[in-house]
Amino acid sequence: MEQNSGKKSSAGQKILKCGVISWIVIIAVWALGAMSIKDEYFLPSPKQTLISIKLLIENGTLWADIAASAGRVIKGWLLAIVFAVPLGLMVGNFRVVRWLVEPILSFFRFVPAIALTTLFLMWFGVGEESKVALIFYASFFPMFVNTIAGVASTDKQLVEAASCMGAKKARVFFTVVVPSAVSNIYTGIRLGLSSAIICVIAAEMLVGSDGLGYLINSSKLYYKTSWAFAGIVTLAVIGFAADRLLQFIGRKKLSHFGVK
Amino acid sequence: MYIELKNINKTFGDFKASDNVSFGIEKGRLIGLLGPSGSGKTTILRMLAGLEKQDSGDILIDGKNVNDLPPSERGIGFVFQSYALFPFMTVYDNIAYGLKVQKKDKAFIKARVAELLELVGLPDVGKRYPSQLSGGQRQRIALARALAPSPELLLLDEPFAAIDAKVRKELRTWLRETIDKIGITSIFVTHDQDEAIEVADEIVITNKGRVEQVGNPVEIYSEPKTPFVAQFIGQSAMIEDYGRLKGFEQSGEGNTAIIRPEFIEINKFEDGGYHQFESSMEDAVVEDVFFRGSAFEVRADINGISITGRYPLSSPRLKKGDKIKILIKKLYTISGNSTEILVNKALDDSELYYI
Repeated sequence: MEQNSGKKSSAGQKILKCGVISWIVIIAVWALGAMSIKDEYFLPSPKQTLISIKLLIENGTLWADIAASAGRVIKGWLLAIVFAVPLGLMVGNFRVVRWLVEPILSFFRFVPAIALTTLFLMWFGVGEESKVALIFYASFFPMFVNTIAGVASTDKQLVEAASCMGAKKARVFFTVVVPSAVSNIYTGIRLGLSSAIICVIAAEMLVGSDGLGYLINSSKLYYKTSWAFAGIVTLAVIGFAADRLLQFIGRKKLSHFGVK
Repeated sequence: MYIELKNINKTFGDFKASDNVSFGIEKGRLIGLLGPSGSGKTTILRMLAGLEKQDSGDILIDGKNVNDLPPSERGIGFVFQSYALFPFMTVYDNIAYGLKVQKKDKAFIKARVAELLELVGLPDVGKRYPSQLSGGQRQRIALARALAPSPELLLLDEPFAAIDAKVRKELRTWLRETIDKIGITSIFVTHDQDEAIEVADEIVITNKGRVEQVGNPVEIYSEPKTPFVAQFIGQSAMIEDYGRLKGFEQSGEGNTAIIRPEFIEINKFEDGGYHQFESSMEDAVVEDVFFRGSAFEVRADINGISITGRYPLSSPRLKKGDKIKILIKKLYTISGNSTEILVNKALDDSELYYI
């Protein structure tokens, strides 16, 4: 995708690059599939999905669900940033702490948030807390791991250059190590967001009474396959938009920290 | 001596990077640490900076033992081969870094950064980021940054190695002038002898972790003390059995010698021309001729000994297979770990000879 960024790409290449063609193809295949199956309970067509989205928007359900899911994601995700980044910086900077933390880390890395749902429900109840806690857990790890990696990737010569200019350890940490880790931290935050979104849907599907996950899951109760599709499409669009927004901010504000 | 290294030893695993290294440097001098890669020159520089700690031996700066001082307390400026500018800071902030560490006030920092940008000839780049500068510009900024906190000693690790050839030559001259202007004691590491000879007041030659010779460029060039130096400096070629050559008798144990192109004179006698030392010349056959811009470089074979010399553009042209006569004026003989200059007897006897 980035290969042509240096050169001037022709109009055709630009269209290919922005992905419009892929989308047209996918939607066309979807539409053709729906046309040949002719069973809207099995596979609603793109048009039926749009109609459902319109209906859900008009009766306010979709907005309410989006707001519920987004609120949880933002809470859990921000909380994870607040804890994962400083902790990651500490762990990354002190070798001994890193040795202590790494085994625990590699253990929990293979325990997905979903596996903890039952436990979290027992510990935090069926309300918001358990969901936010799950999202926190899900987005914490990518941020934490990437922050540690960011600290480890600090160019040794930059540290040496700073200490030759008289900087002591604490100053080197804040003026050289932390800025050097920014690019990885940012990547972790982006990955954390996608983990958070995946997690919120799963959590809402398992328990709760609102959110996009609930919408998708409950559509089976009403035999409304097109609602499930509406939820999925909305989810994809929001996730995509959120990631693009983060990417845009990163490119604008963090390019000097090596964010591409 | 302003800087003294006394019996420094340093090993990395099985690798002996410094083998009993001792030398001293006077204040205000510009020193070139010259040697092939892996000869331990960068290690010496890093130990001076405190970035590496010697296994044994002492380092003194201005009479003070700095063995246990961290880099931040040694009062040195260090310029890295790959610049090591902070990519996330503007040029201004890079140069101001050391001054902020010293807790100088804002007005002072501003004036000092402007002064340094002026010194390195880039007064307008303060707001830019390192990625927006060329390699040569980055290295100038790296120098400005190292000089900003007014260090007592400037250390440069292969400062021009990452810069393309043309800019490198300009930068060398510029560095020499800039350092002269400030008068700071400086040590730079290089593997390029031209660079060392051109820039340094004094050259320290390292090989396999040892210091082979310390001297000014002329001494190093014309009076090599060890076989390594004789071979390393100049465009030197090793020959065996030098006793076979006319005008040279084998002296000492070895029969190996080193010849440089400027030690030999190539003649082509077309019409039975006359040369004073014709009887002392060797018959040779041209093996190859290379055009080197200001002269030809000729590789010739003297009875199985292959040697290289220069041949002026104005003389009759040579081609492969031509018969020529070669006068070998002198060579460096090697015996054990010492080397001596041996002058051709014919020239030695003649009063016309002078260096």
